[in-house]
Amino acid sequence: MTLDEISLTLVYSAMAVYAIAFIAYAIDLARRSAVATQAADAAASAASATSVTTVAGGGTTVVAPPKPAAPVAYGRSPSLRVGVALTVVAWLLHLSATVTRGIAAERVPWANMYEFALTGTLIITSVYLLVLVVSKHDLRFLGTFVTGLVLVLLGVATVNFYVSVVPLPPALQSAWLVIHVFVATSATGFLALGFALSVVQLLQSRRESLAASATAAKQNFLATLPDSSTLENLAYRVIIVGFILWTFTLMAGAIWAEAAWGRYWGWDTKEVWTFIIWVVYAGYIHARATRGWRGSRSAWLAIIGFSTVLFNFTVVNLFFKGLHAYSGL
Amino acid sequence: MSPRSDPDALSRPDDHIDSVAPDASEPGRPRAAGSGAPLTQPKLGFVGWLRFAWRQLTSMRTALLLLLLLAIAAVPGSLVPQRSSDPNGVTQYFTDNPDLAPVLDRFQLFDVYTSAWFSAVYLLLFVSLIGCVIPRTKHHFEALRARPPRTPARLSRLAGYTERPLSVPEPDEGAASAGSASATAADAAIDRAAAELKRAGYRVERYDLRGEPSVSAERGYLRETGNLVFHTALLGVLVAVGIGGGFGFSGQRVVVEGQSFVNTLAAFDSFNPGRFFDDTNLDPYRLTLEELDAVYETRNQQAIGQPIDFTAHVSVQGRGDESRDATVKVNEPLRVFGTDVYLLGNGYAPTITVRDADGEVVFTDAVPFLPQDANLTSIGVVKVPDGLDEQLGMVGFFYPTQTTLGSGAYASSYPDLVFPVLTLNVYQGDLGIDEGTPTSVYTLDPTSMEQLTGGETGVDSIELMPGDTVDLPNDLGSVTFEDVSPDAGSDAAADDYSQSVSRFASFDIHDDPSQGWVLVFALLILAGLLVSLFVPRRRMWVKAARRPDGTVVLEYAGLARGEDPGLDDAVRAFADKHAGKADDDPAT
Repeated sequence: MTLDEISLTLVYSAMAVYAIAFIAYAIDLARRSAVATQAADAAASAASATSVTTVAGGGTTVVAPPKPAAPVAYGRSPSLRVGVALTVVAWLLHLSATVTRGIAAERVPWANMYEFALTGTLIITSVYLLVLVVSKHDLRFLGTFVTGLVLVLLGVATVNFYVSVVPLPPALQSAWLVIHVFVATSATGFLALGFALSVVQLLQSRRESLAASATAAKQNFLATLPDSSTLENLAYRVIIVGFILWTFTLMAGAIWAEAAWGRYWGWDTKEVWTFIIWVVYAGYIHARATRGWRGSRSAWLAIIGFSTVLFNFTVVNLFFKGLHAYSGL
Repeated sequence: MSPRSDPDALSRPDDHIDSVAPDASEPGRPRAAGSGAPLTQPKLGFVGWLRFAWRQLTSMRTALLLLLLLAIAAVPGSLVPQRSSDPNGVTQYFTDNPDLAPVLDRFQLFDVYTSAWFSAVYLLLFVSLIGCVIPRTKHHFEALRARPPRTPARLSRLAGYTERPLSVPEPDEGAASAGSASATAADAAIDRAAAELKRAGYRVERYDLRGEPSVSAERGYLRETGNLVFHTALLGVLVAVGIGGGFGFSGQRVVVEGQSFVNTLAAFDSFNPGRFFDDTNLDPYRLTLEELDAVYETRNQQAIGQPIDFTAHVSVQGRGDESRDATVKVNEPLRVFGTDVYLLGNGYAPTITVRDADGEVVFTDAVPFLPQDANLTSIGVVKVPDGLDEQLGMVGFFYPTQTTLGSGAYASSYPDLVFPVLTLNVYQGDLGIDEGTPTSVYTLDPTSMEQLTGGETGVDSIELMPGDTVDLPNDLGSVTFEDVSPDAGSDAAADDYSQSVSRFASFDIHDDPSQGWVLVFALLILAGLLVSLFVPRRRMWVKAARRPDGTVVLEYAGLARGEDPGLDDAVRAFADKHAGKADDDPAT
């Protein structure tokens, strides 16, 4: 078995563990919905009891309104713990797979599309685990998204992008390959998490506005998650890290382009999309300071931003003509 | 990014929306830009309208819309080939879509990034940016000189509010001195708080309001500095790019091994000067391509023939200088005499000699053939304008390692010289180069020529290996594919073709005088961004507040000015440090 085959086996193993972790996270989300519904039922019966006494007392009709938007306490969840533990296991397998691939290729493991996907998904998981450690909020609920996304991307990468180890073409023989591409993958990891938080933020804010207008809002797992403004702040903090890394990616790319292609900026298709991504996220950051754009609109910008990142990675790499023709496909 | 022309605006940096407005009750509190129309609209004169337009343009909302518009405007340039980056693609597009292409061209879709509409968007954006940066710079300078604002009356409404008991030393005598003892202790505590805040990088100011001593502190001015540096550096990049484009140049030149090129306008195959470029600035140095080394993968079965390394060994000689050797590689340009020389391509230049029927040489040259695929199947054109009765043209295919496909067609199976074969189709007639209209040396226009070999003529194409000579049809003479190996002709070299054909290097020679400035501004952008996003700007207050029952407590509170997720923690940490941990912290 060559090192490359070992790497591929490790990737498949990691995918299997990610899949089980994904199921565990999904079970946890289902359980959250159940808890939220129970809490809502309990609150509703308590509220109806209050209103009965108020009416019997003949007083004003003002009753203490039940607060459907209020967060529901959510206790320990075995499936969530299993999910996180399995994510760590999958991450270790994934890390070994990536390192093995690098050793097999005798260079950094991000020189073609398959390797970029391998390293990029590793970083997405790494950022997720890092945020779990650093953040004071419980963000383990993001595991469903993270493991799901990583699983899908790894699947596509192994099936459609896989290429065996080949030497670096002269254009890629540069220290900037190590820096520029690694920083780009890291940025992608942070922006992916920002995307997930923004999606949950949108769902949460929809639930909150429904709850504010009607009392009959159906309770689901969202009730156990942080409120939308907390989610927005978290998304913002993750995204500005991604944005700074992306700024660096763009600049390092320009310096490399100057050495390799003789100009630092030439509106190559990949450069165009890197620029578009940068501008969209710059818009996101400004939207936070613009009245009427904070909240849901800026969340949409974060979602559009990550869509452009994915577009840049897939469609631009595969179908657009340009100088960044390193997919190896 | 909205300009605020009032002192109060200083308290609210752009990326902050006040949830707490301590000065909301102040009369004449100005509205931040974009916060909705005033109740009564005064009649606007011309100047009023101008001012209104300027306000709109420089408002945050407009800036944001322009940013998003810029992102959208950049998209078509990636969907349609651009003249700047892919001129051949544009030509191809015109051929493939003869109806659509002129329409797109009318809308400048092949020059998106220099088009009027794209320029309009980014110029408006930059005007908006200037209109925002200038007043904010002014305000920031004022803020840098201003004292931290007066301590608010009720700190309990502010972020991270917490309180701690004031430890008062046991009074020795009566009640009157108990009051003065607590006042002394309060003063001392506030003094200590001021000193500690100052050590922590805050700018501090003591206030004494209604007998309640307090300290007001502010930090993180660097945040706004970074913000302004970031936006100003963006402008700097734009200006530097514009200037560099104006005074620089880029030129391309194909050089065959053993040949040289002198850095003068006439020597370039193609040349793109900036608007203000003066060709007397070209330093006429000589660059000779001694040898081009190409290394291809030979062992890895998955990557046979993949390029591993290209190195152009050159010698460079300035006017009156000694010649010196240098190398140009793909990622390692040669920077000489104020220009940057890049190795952007390479290929084969078979040396072809044509003789007339009497054996007199009428043409001999190394002709660069343009590579068509990864295995360097190459196409080239030989034009023999003089020396024969009629002009002669030849369209050639060169296969460094020739192989025959199942269909009978030739192909190259490896990019290096293992079994080099040259095939030529001969045309006779008018080359169309006598009228003085410029024609490409890489294409042959056969409209007024008669094809003598290949295709439908029934005559086989001429097929040569290095060293071979073949007669031309119709007794026109002969054509030779010269073997340029140093030891050509000897028996040892009979099967070794590795040196038999010259290579050429395609050099790009550039000069961009503002490149360094662009880099400087780019680094400033990055530095400004880091500072403006990660340095928290915040105010903190410590007050010795007297309760109605006469006791004095220490109150702590902060105010975020911009994104500041750590504010509550910072206030609590300061309170803990200053007055000790609270057993029953009201903030938790």
